[in-house]
Amino acid sequence: MLDTSALPGRRSIGQIIGRITIYAMLLIFATYYLMPLFVMLSTSLRPLAEIKSGSIIALPREITFDAWVKAWGQACIGTKCDGLSPHFWLTLKVVVPSVIVSTVLGMINGYALTKWRFKGANLVFGLMLFGCFVPYQAILLPMAQTLGTLGISNTPLGLGLVFTLYGIPFTTLFFRNYYVSIPDDLIKAATIDGAGFFATLWYIIVPLSPPIIVVTVIWQFTGMWNDFLFGAAFSSGAGQPVIVALNNLVNTTTGVKEYNVDFAASIIAAIPTVFVYVVAGKYFIRGLTAGSVKG
Amino acid sequence: MSQTKESGESPDRSKGGQGNFVFWLQTRISQFVVAPSFLAILVVVYGFILWTGYISLSDSRMLPSYNFAGLEQYDRLWSMSRWYTALNNMLVFGGLYIFISLLIGITLAILLDQRIRMEGALRTIFLYPMALSFIVTGTAWKWILNPGLGVQQFVRDLGFETFTFDWIADRDMVVYTLVIAAVWQASGFVMALFLAALRGVDQDIIKAAYLDGASLPRIYTTIIIPSIKPVFLSAVVILSHLAIKSFDLVVAMTAGGPGVASDLPATFMFAMSFQRNQLGVGAASAMMMLATVMAIMVPYFYSQLRGERHA
Repeated sequence: MLDTSALPGRRSIGQIIGRITIYAMLLIFATYYLMPLFVMLSTSLRPLAEIKSGSIIALPREITFDAWVKAWGQACIGTKCDGLSPHFWLTLKVVVPSVIVSTVLGMINGYALTKWRFKGANLVFGLMLFGCFVPYQAILLPMAQTLGTLGISNTPLGLGLVFTLYGIPFTTLFFRNYYVSIPDDLIKAATIDGAGFFATLWYIIVPLSPPIIVVTVIWQFTGMWNDFLFGAAFSSGAGQPVIVALNNLVNTTTGVKEYNVDFAASIIAAIPTVFVYVVAGKYFIRGLTAGSVKG
Repeated sequence: MSQTKESGESPDRSKGGQGNFVFWLQTRISQFVVAPSFLAILVVVYGFILWTGYISLSDSRMLPSYNFAGLEQYDRLWSMSRWYTALNNMLVFGGLYIFISLLIGITLAILLDQRIRMEGALRTIFLYPMALSFIVTGTAWKWILNPGLGVQQFVRDLGFETFTFDWIADRDMVVYTLVIAAVWQASGFVMALFLAALRGVDQDIIKAAYLDGASLPRIYTTIIIPSIKPVFLSAVVILSHLAIKSFDLVVAMTAGGPGVASDLPATFMFAMSFQRNQLGVGAASAMMMLATVMAIMVPYFYSQLRGERHA
């Protein structure tokens, strides 16, 4: 933005009022974005009796961590009452290898498609790119049947395979767009020195890649962790990933509705991705905007 | 390698005429490493789409069947009032979601672009919803909008005892509650898109206009916003794509209810395929969703790729 203060002219009353209006509007918006978080946190810390006596938009009068303990280890999801924790660990077990495999494949693909171009490389990339945008509803039924035929439906392996496969188009896109801007001369120099495909990848490309690796890992991790559609379609019972389990926990209609437990569970399920976002927010934004804003 | 890039061929060292296998492998290695991913995508994206297409032309109901039945499933789909509800909701939800997200997103971007103190903190606050699962967002908003628990009760407790805000339980209004939550989740992302673009606008032109006496609003409406037009297109395409795929949010917030009043095509497809034993209708609705997404994405990519080539 233009630095008007550095330009000729004086600060008028109008300008000062303008500044105040800007800050006031930003503050109102900030309240809107923070309100649900506040409600979730505060409700999760209140005892149920206190919540039922009024609205959930209130500060706790009495703080208790019971709801958190229950959401983590005792709440009933379906017929089992072990809380979210088994689903949490299961999701981690599925997501971490899927992130690693899809990122490595995306890196190799992006490198091959930009630095060792072959006839039809653009077409191959274009066809793979479509995988980023296909509505997954259009592949859900065949995938359910295929997983069933392979005998891996409702297993961590099956879900991980689905995550990895549909992650490849995104990781390939990210790495391809990043590698396009690396000068070809670097590769040329390496090949003249006798380095082959993999040696060049390892000694030249990988050391240049940390920023895009971070972007890709964050993108894949949040996408897979927050997935609901695949989890809901291809898993059940103890095999459900954490977000699906959370939905079942919240939408259980039997018994007393425990809002504090619902919210504690929601926060637990959200912690990993929010943590990643807070620590590496800069890269998170870069991932979101990758490919949408061309420099 | 720059030379190979121009010609679009693999490293051209085969001119020496060696025919041995290792050498052949080396010149083809880049094709070999891409091949597994490419073939996998061909199968699980294109192959599976064709497969779904075939199911949509079969007489499948509870179990998949491969008896060709022509357009029977599409006939059934287009005679279901629930499908029309879903489509109608899609239009209302999609339209408002895109419009309001754009409006809030660009407003926030412009406000943040005024050399604001604590810009980093504010940006973090506006964008964190994007890191949340729609199930978490839906759960939060479901209880906030619940008449007996959330905003309505809060205002009533303040003393306005006749205050009513029960859209989430109202068949005619429920779709707007989806908009509230979806906008909350996505508008920060739109802000990030626009902020990046605003920062890229040529400062000299703005400075010149300012020195010529143009007011700030005028500079925005006549210079800055027209120069970031491509971002509008990107944002609209991304948002419409998100809108068509909206599934988790509806499941968590309203479960399609009251009744089926807040059904969207994605929840309709899931219900038909996995709960109502109507695989054929589910597949047909999935194909309709695919066609809609393609109608939006294909021209967009075509124009992007053309732009890249001309640049």
